Amino acid sequence: MPTLRIPTPLRPYTSGQSEVAVQGSNVSQVMNDLIARYPDLKPHLYNGEGSLRPFVNLFLGEDNIKDLQGIETPLEVEDRLLLIPSVAGGS
Amino acid sequence: MLPNLSHTEIMRYSRHLLIPEVGLEGQRKLKEAAVLVIGTGGLGSPVAMYLAAAGVGCIGLVDYDVVDFSNLQRQVIHGTSGIGALKVESARRRMLDINPGIQVDIYNEPFTSENAMRIARDYDILIDGTDNFPTRYLSNDVCVFLGKPNVYGSIYRFDGQVSVFDAQRGPCYRCLFPEPPPPGLVPSCAEGGVLGVLPGTIGTLQATEALKLILGIGDPLIGRLLLYNALDMSFEFVKLRKNPKCKVCGPEPEITELIDYEAFCGVPGHDHEEGSVGGNWDISATELAERLKKGNSIRLVDVREPHEQDISHIDGAELIPLGQLAGRLSELDSAEEMVVFCKAGTRSARALDLLVGAGFRKVKNLKGGINAWAREVDPSQPIY
Repeated sequence: MPTLRIPTPLRPYTSGQSEVAVQGSNVSQVMNDLIARYPDLKPHLYNGEGSLRPFVNLFLGEDNIKDLQGIETPLEVEDRLLLIPSVAGGS
Repeated sequence: MLPNLSHTEIMRYSRHLLIPEVGLEGQRKLKEAAVLVIGTGGLGSPVAMYLAAAGVGCIGLVDYDVVDFSNLQRQVIHGTSGIGALKVESARRRMLDINPGIQVDIYNEPFTSENAMRIARDYDILIDGTDNFPTRYLSNDVCVFLGKPNVYGSIYRFDGQVSVFDAQRGPCYRCLFPEPPPPGLVPSCAEGGVLGVLPGTIGTLQATEALKLILGIGDPLIGRLLLYNALDMSFEFVKLRKNPKCKVCGPEPEITELIDYEAFCGVPGHDHEEGSVGGNWDISATELAERLKKGNSIRLVDVREPHEQDISHIDGAELIPLGQLAGRLSELDSAEEMVVFCKAGTRSARALDLLVGAGFRKVKNLKGGINAWAREVDPSQPIY
């Protein structure tokens, strides 16, 4: 199964897990599986209209899925997605 | 014409002069350079100290805060003797002790849309070491409008991000994050904490990038984002591309001058916990204590994390961490009087919003959190 790397601020919603295995053959399916497994993540990733929030970035390897085929980007079983949130901390 | 180096300077910078990529000319470039550091906190501390030590000729510092006891776990430019002093003054003292041969300009004011262009104009590079979204978007937009690179770093608990946003050569911060998260969705360091050494790592990387940009050497992080995790000791890189629809640096920009960033982000331009909801939704620690003493039946709900209960507690309170509250509403009774609290009142204000949204009306937020309780009511409890 593809894996998805969860950033620290979102780990409270994945029982502390930093990487989760998710089912699906494209980004959209994998994200639906993620939300089904961890429903508390949903408001952090999706807006009211059901689309990914603009500050949430998903990378497949080095590439932003926006630069690939968006949520339709196909995934292989060994693929690893990175979820990159915006973080403001600095002090 | 680059400035010359004195014999003293040549001795001070000898380890630089031995590196062919720096050499005498590079050191003269550093002497001529002017770098503006936004924030003299966790990230700003190593940035300012290393740039000073490296001989960057002019360093500007923007901050309006004073040194607080709880800063010292990570803000290594400040010391215990500086508590209560202006951060910019405290930082300048330390930098001039490291290197009296540089110029340190201080701006004891918040970085805002009104002053940002005036302050930033004379510097070659901006370093974003702020702690909040409004100032991050402001720093980005200032750099785009003035055509200057923005050396970005951010931190949370064990995670750090570093990049160089230079809209003339690559993407800007808004290309990656077109909009800020809704208020309250992403916790800050004041709420969630940060490993003290983390800003040291990230700030040092920012200083490294700034020096490379000045010297014109190496491969700067333009178009790349570094993701660091201290627990895994992992450094990962992703590619960033210019967003053709970017509202600030795209070919058809919608935003052509600085805006109201606090309104844009829906949060204040600082990372201090406000601790109150306003209106009749707050209760002070003193008032709560009086009402409990009179025998009023009030259910106390602690929305902090379990490990925070080891630090301080209020007798009789039950723990429901904020992240679990939505799923545990059935354990609460809207007919009961209830007071929610956290460390300083920020998370409990969010808990109160959630409860009111779910139909609870007899609920109040402990203003200033358990820290206010420790200050006003129970001095046996520590403040953290």
